[in-house]
Amino acid sequence: MDDKLTLTINGISVRGKKGQTVLEVCRENSIKVPTLCFHPKMPPYGGCRLCIVEIQNMRGLPPSCTTPATDGMNISTHTDRLFKIRRTVLELLLAYGDHNCLMCEKNSECELQNLVYEHGIDTVRYKTNFVPKPLDDSSSMIVRDPNKCVLCGRCVRGCLSVQVNGVIDIAARGSDSFITTFNGGLLNDSNCAFCGECVASCPTGALTQKQSRFKGRPWELKKVQTTCTYCGVGCQLELNVKDNEVVKVTTDPELGGPNQGSLCVKGRFGNDFINHPDRLKVPLVKKNGHLQESTWDEALKIVADKMGSIKKTSGPDSLAFFSSARTTNEENYLVSKFARAVIGTNNVDHCARL
Amino acid sequence: MTNSIEELENSDVILLTGSNTREMHPVISSFIKRGVVSGKTKLIVADPRRIDLVDFAEIWLRQKPGSDVAWLNGLMHVIIKEGLYAKKYVEERTEDFEALKKAVSTYTPERVEEISGIPAADIIAAARLYAAAPAAAIAYAMGITQHINGTDAVKSVANLSMLCGNIGIESGGVNPLRGQNNVQGACDMGALPNVLTAYQSVTLPEVREKFAKYWGVSSLPEKPGLTIVETIDAAAKGQIKGLFIVGENPMISDPDLHHVEEGLRKLDFLVVQDIFLTETAKLADVVLPAACFAEKEGTFSNTERRVQRVRKAVDAPGEAKADWEIMGEIASRMGYKNMKYASAEAIFDEMAKVTPSYAGMTYARLDDGGLQWPCPTADHPGTKFLHKEKFVRGKGKFHAIEWIPPAEPTDSEYPLILITGRVLYQYHTGTMTRRSEGLNGCAPECFVEINPVDAQKLGIANGEMVKVSSRRGNLTAKAVVGEMTDVGAIFIPFHYFEAAANNLTIAALDPQAKIPEYKVCAVKVEKTK
Amino acid sequence: MEPAIRIQPGKDRQVLVCRGTGCESQKAKVIFDNLEKELEKAGLSGSVETKYTGCHGFCQQGPTIMVMPAGTFYCNVTPDDVAEIVQTDLKGGQPVERLLFLDPKTKDRVLTFRDMRYFNPQRRIVLRNCGFINPEDIEDYIAVGGYDGAKKALSMTQQQVIDNMKASGLRGRGGAGFPTGMKWEFANRSVADQKYIICNADEGDPGAFMDRAVLEGDPHSVLEGLIIGGYAIGATKSYIYVRAEYPMAYERAIIAIDQAKKKGYLGKNIFGSSHDFEIKVKLGAGAFVCGEETALIASIEGKRGMPMPRPPFPAVKGVFGKPTNINNVETLANIPVVMTKGGEWFASVGTEKSKGTKVFALAGKITYSGLVEVPMGTPLREIIEEVGGGILNKRKFKAAQTGGPSGGCIPAAHFDVPMDYENLTQLGAIMGSGGLIVTDETTCMVDMAKFFLTFTQKESCGKCVPCRLGTKKMLEILTDVTKGKATLEDLDQLVALAEDVKNGSLCGLGQTAPNPVLSTVRYFRDEYEAHILKKECPARVCVRLIKFQVNPDKCKKCGQCASACPVEAITWKKKEAALIDSEKCIKCRSCILACRYNSID
Repeated sequence: MDDKLTLTINGISVRGKKGQTVLEVCRENSIKVPTLCFHPKMPPYGGCRLCIVEIQNMRGLPPSCTTPATDGMNISTHTDRLFKIRRTVLELLLAYGDHNCLMCEKNSECELQNLVYEHGIDTVRYKTNFVPKPLDDSSSMIVRDPNKCVLCGRCVRGCLSVQVNGVIDIAARGSDSFITTFNGGLLNDSNCAFCGECVASCPTGALTQKQSRFKGRPWELKKVQTTCTYCGVGCQLELNVKDNEVVKVTTDPELGGPNQGSLCVKGRFGNDFINHPDRLKVPLVKKNGHLQESTWDEALKIVADKMGSIKKTSGPDSLAFFSSARTTNEENYLVSKFARAVIGTNNVDHCARL
Repeated sequence: MTNSIEELENSDVILLTGSNTREMHPVISSFIKRGVVSGKTKLIVADPRRIDLVDFAEIWLRQKPGSDVAWLNGLMHVIIKEGLYAKKYVEERTEDFEALKKAVSTYTPERVEEISGIPAADIIAAARLYAAAPAAAIAYAMGITQHINGTDAVKSVANLSMLCGNIGIESGGVNPLRGQNNVQGACDMGALPNVLTAYQSVTLPEVREKFAKYWGVSSLPEKPGLTIVETIDAAAKGQIKGLFIVGENPMISDPDLHHVEEGLRKLDFLVVQDIFLTETAKLADVVLPAACFAEKEGTFSNTERRVQRVRKAVDAPGEAKADWEIMGEIASRMGYKNMKYASAEAIFDEMAKVTPSYAGMTYARLDDGGLQWPCPTADHPGTKFLHKEKFVRGKGKFHAIEWIPPAEPTDSEYPLILITGRVLYQYHTGTMTRRSEGLNGCAPECFVEINPVDAQKLGIANGEMVKVSSRRGNLTAKAVVGEMTDVGAIFIPFHYFEAAANNLTIAALDPQAKIPEYKVCAVKVEKTK
Repeated sequence: MEPAIRIQPGKDRQVLVCRGTGCESQKAKVIFDNLEKELEKAGLSGSVETKYTGCHGFCQQGPTIMVMPAGTFYCNVTPDDVAEIVQTDLKGGQPVERLLFLDPKTKDRVLTFRDMRYFNPQRRIVLRNCGFINPEDIEDYIAVGGYDGAKKALSMTQQQVIDNMKASGLRGRGGAGFPTGMKWEFANRSVADQKYIICNADEGDPGAFMDRAVLEGDPHSVLEGLIIGGYAIGATKSYIYVRAEYPMAYERAIIAIDQAKKKGYLGKNIFGSSHDFEIKVKLGAGAFVCGEETALIASIEGKRGMPMPRPPFPAVKGVFGKPTNINNVETLANIPVVMTKGGEWFASVGTEKSKGTKVFALAGKITYSGLVEVPMGTPLREIIEEVGGGILNKRKFKAAQTGGPSGGCIPAAHFDVPMDYENLTQLGAIMGSGGLIVTDETTCMVDMAKFFLTFTQKESCGKCVPCRLGTKKMLEILTDVTKGKATLEDLDQLVALAEDVKNGSLCGLGQTAPNPVLSTVRYFRDEYEAHILKKECPARVCVRLIKFQVNPDKCKKCGQCASACPVEAITWKKKEAALIDSEKCIKCRSCILACRYNSID
C-alpha cells in the first residue's frame, strides 16, 4: 500500500508519510511551527500548546506534535487565532518565572528566549506576585533553577524514556507543579546517575552544567566534535572550547555515532582532568634517584641511547613495550611498528585483558 | 561485538552476563532498558552481583564466581535435550555439533545447580526463554573473561549463540562490551605480542614479508612476544631489561602489585609516557609528557568495531606532545627513517594499506558517523554485523568445553571469594577520573561490598573500616554491607591506589588469552582495630 | 417507580434501612442493629425482614427507613427512634407521625414515599433499584430482573447490541454527551489482540454524587453494563476506576464482582457463552483530572494522571496502548434497561436529541436537596419547585449552576428551559455530570465563579500552560474583583484570558474551566461592574466589600439579625432598627443570611 500522504498546509499542497505527525510533516516541508515541550528523541507530550494548529473538520486546536497526519488534511499553522494563544502562553510563562536573560547561562541558546522574540513580545500583560523558589545546587555537576523551569517535561522524559532512569518527575498539581527527584529531596541525595540527559534536554536555563557556569557564553565557545576517551562505546561529543580550555562537553544526535545524542556522567562531566594542574608539561629524567625536569632533547637522547644499548648487549627480546588502550589507533600502530621494525621484538602488548 | 549497539534495543532476548552495564557502559544500558520497557526485549541477567539491571530482568541467574562454563553448558544441555536449538542453522552453517552435544550432555540442570548454585528450574527457564527468541543477543564483559578459563567461557558463549542460530542475524550475536575507549583499536592495530594489524599472525612468513616491505626493514621477528603479565614476570627474572610504557599504569591495573613493583624495579631502564605522573611513572627513569585525547588528531575504534575520529580541540599543556610525535622522534634518533609523519592522518593512511579490514577507510570517509570494520574497499559501507551469510572462517565451529574450577579455592584461612571490578564514576586506574572534581566527588574512596550474613558473622557494621587480606597482600577500606554480593563473596573496585585491589588478586592466567583471574581469588576480611 | 423486591419466604413485611454514605455517617448501622434487636424483642423476627439498601437520593432527610410493602417513609431517624417504629408501626399498625415527611407546601405529613412530592415527579431508570435492594446481595439484583440484559446481549451479535444502543439514543452521562452506541462502534472497529472497557467512577464535580450512589446502591447494574459493553466491543478485560474517597463504593464493587464471579457471570465463558470477561477495580487518588479519559488511562497504567491530546483516541490507543472504551457509571447503569426494554423504548423517554433520564444532584439554596432523576427535557422550574420544594426562606431564584466547575449558569430569565444537552449548551451552561446548584439573591456570582475556578485551578494537572498558569492568573483577577481592587481593564483581560484558556488548553478540564467565569460575566456583568466600579457586592457575600451596617430604611425591626449574631455585636430593641458595633463584628455574615429583607449593607 502507498504510504504517501498529500496534505494542504497554509494553502500549499505538501507530501507526508503515513505514521508521521502533523509537526513532522511541517518540519519536513520547512514550515516552522513553534514548539517548546517537543524533543525529537522523546515521545510527544502536547503540553506547551505552542504547536497547536487549526485543522479543517477537527474540533479545537490540536497540537501538531501529537496529531497523526492523515491524507487530505487541511492545516493552518499561523492564523491570528493561533498567534494570540501562543502569545498568551509565552506571556504567562514569563509572568510566572524568573527569566532575566542577562543573568542566565542559557542566554542565546534558550528556546524560550527565541520564542518570545519570534512572537514580538516586548511587554508582559500579566502582573503577578511571582515568588522565586530556592535553587538546587547540591550536586557538583547540575544546577537546577526551578524559577526558569517551564514544566515542559523534557527532563522527565529524557530521564525516563531515553535513559530509563526515572529519577525525576513532576510533583503536585496545577500551578504548584514542580520537578521533583525520587525521594523528593535534593538532586545530590537522589539516585541520579548524572548522565546529564536532563540538562541536555532543557530548553531554558533551568538545568545547567555547574562546572561550565560563567566559563563562557554560548557564542564564545568553539565546538569540536570528537570521540569520548572513556569506555568502549565511543560516544560522539563536542568539546566546548574557550581560550584553549575545554569548559564544557555537549552532544547532539546530529553528530552520529553510537550514542544517539546521549552521554554518561564520565563523558559529560569527567573531562576536567584535561586542564588539571598535575598534567605533565615537560620531560622528567631520573637523576640521583629522583625525577627531575628536563628537556626533550636530553630525555629523548637518553631513551634512544639506552634502548639502543640494551638491544645491542642483551638482544631485541630483552626490550618490551606496553601500548595503550587509551591512545589512538595511529599511536598503537606506531608502538607496534616501533617494537617490531625499530627494535625487532614482538614484546608488545596493552591492557586489553585488565 | 559481532553486532551493533543500536541493535540491542530490538533484540527479543538479551542474555547479559559478567557486565554491570549500567555502571560500565551506561549508554549501552539505556538501549537495553529501552528495549525492555517497550516490551520488545526480555532480559536474562547472569551475574553473581545484584546489579541494577536485575531490576529489568525476566530471569536473574546468580552464579557462583567462576562457574560460567558450567551454567552455559547447562543452558545448552537443556536446549539440545528439549530440541529447541536451530537445527537447520546448525546443520548448514556449523561444524562439530556432535562434540558439543557430547560435552554438554553431562551438564544436567541438577549438576549445574551443584556447581553454580543456580536453581535447576532457573537454568531450564532461561534456556527456554533464550532458545525461543527469534533474535537473541548475548552481551558480556570482563565478568566472563577475567578467569583462568576465560577463553573457554567466551567459546561457550559463542557455542550457545550459534546453537540457537543467533550469529549472523540482526539484533543477535555475541557482544563483548569493551571497557576502554580504544581497546578494540589497540588490538586491531597489532599492539599484541602475536599479531600485527587486523590479527595477521607474526608466525606467517607472508605477513612478515608484507610488513617488512612496507616498513622498510629486512625482516620482522617471528616468535610471538610476551604479554603484559609475562613481561612483568620476565622482568622480575631479569630477562626483560628495558620497558617502554605508553599510557598504562600496571602499578594499579595488574594483578599482584607487589610482584609488579618487584619486576619494574629490577629493570635496567623504564620509560613511561603519560599525561600524569602515575604510580608507574614514579618508578621510571624517563617520563615523557603526552598529549591527551583532546589535544591531538587520530581515531578510536569502539566496541562495535566503529572507527571514529578524534580531533584536536586545545593545545597540549607545556611541552607535552602527541604519542605519535614522540615515538617518531625516538625512532629517528635510533636511526630508523620510516617513522616521520606529517600528521596522524598520514599514519592512518599507511596503516590502512597493510590492514585489510581498515583498507577502505580514510579520514574523509570517517567524518560522517565513522565506519564499522570490515571495510575492505573505498566504496564499502562498513559492516553492521558480522558473519551475515557465512562465518569468516567458513563454518562456525563448536568447541567442546569442560568446566574447571577457579585457580584459588577458598579455605578456612581465606574463606571469602573476592570479585574485583569498577564503579560508574571512576575509570580504570583513576588517572583521569580521580582528577575530575565531579566524578571523584561521587565515588571518592574504595569500599568493600559484603553480604549482611557474612558481615554479621564477622561483626562488621555498614561503614566500618575493614582489612581485606589474601596470600599476596592486603588493603583497608570501608565496608558497604548490602545484598549486592552473595553470601561468601565480596566485591572491591580496583581504581584506588591507596587501597589497591590488585594487592590482593592472583596472577593466575588463562593459558590462551593470558588474562588474569580478577573475578575470583580467596581472601579474608577482618574488622580493623 | 419501584421494583418488585425479593422478600424472604414466610415474611410479609420488610424494613429497608438506607446505608448509603450519607445515612451511614449518621449511624445507619446502629439503627439497623437496633432494629434487629427490637424486632427480636417484639417477637416480629419471623414476619418482618430487615434489609439494608443503598442510597435513594434523599440524603438531606436521612437516615431514612422504609416499611414495605406499605411504603411508609420515615425521615431523620435516630437510633433511639427505632423502638418506637417497631412498637407503633410494625407491631401496632400505626405510623409514627412525627417521623413522616412534611410536605413543604401543604404542611401535611405524608405517609408513603409514593405520595411524596420529592419522589413523585421523578422517573427512575438509573436509580431504579437504589434504596430498594441490598447492594451486597446478587440475588436481590437478580430478583428484580438483573443480568437479563447481559444474557440477552450475549444471545445477540455484537452489531445487534451496538445497533440497539444506537437506537436508544443514549448519550454519555459523564459530561460530554457523546452517543454511547457510536463510541462502542468505534471501539468495536479497532482491531487488536486485547481491548478494554473501563467504568469511569472518578466522580469529581463538587456536589455531584450520583455515580457513588449507583455504585453503593446498585453495583451489579454497573457490572452488567460493563458485560454488555465489553461484549459489544470485544473487550475481555475491564476496570472500574473509582476514587479512593469512595471507600464504600469500592468495597461494594469488589463484593459484587466476587459474587458475579461465583455465579459464572464473570470469568471464563460467562453465562455459559464463549465470551470471557473479567473486571478489576482500580483506586484513583482523587485527582479531578483523572475523570478525563486519557488521564484516567495514564493513572490505570500507574503513571501520573495527566491527559494526552487526542487523536489518537482511546478507542484506537487506550490503556496499555490497546483499544479502550470508557463509560461513566450512570451511563452503564442505563444499559441493562436499554437491553431488556429495547433501544426504542428507551428512546421514547426524553427529548428529540436527549434520550432517557438524567440524574441531577440538587443542591444550594433549595428546600430539599439530593439526587433526583427526571426525564430529559424536564423544565428547570419543575425540578426546582416541584421536586426540590422551591427556594429556601422564600427568597428569589437567581440562577442555577449546572455542570459543576466545567459548567455555567442558567439565569432566572430561562427558568422554564427544558433541561437537555442542546438547550443547556446553548445557554452557555452544560449538562456535565448533573450537578445542579440553585442560587438566590444572597449568592454572589463573582464569588461563585471564584469558588469553581479555585477548584479547577487547584485540580489542574499542570501539564499545559494555559490551564496551569492561565487559570491561576484568572483566579488572581477574580480575587481582585472580590476585593474591589480590580479595574474594568482587568475584567477585559479576564475575559480575554478565559477565551485563550478555553481554546488553548489540552483537555476538557482546562477547556471548560473558564465556563463559570464566562457564563457569569455573560448574565451578571452588572454584578462584576458593581464590584469594580461601586466597590459593592450586591449579594453581600464578598466580605471586603460589605459595610456591615443596618440600612434603617429597609430594616423591618424584627431582630433576627441580633439573635443570629454569634458575638453579640448587634444591639436591637423592639420597634427599633438594629445597630451593628463594628468593633465587635467579625464579619461572619450570619446577620445577612438571617435578614429576610436584605437590610444590611
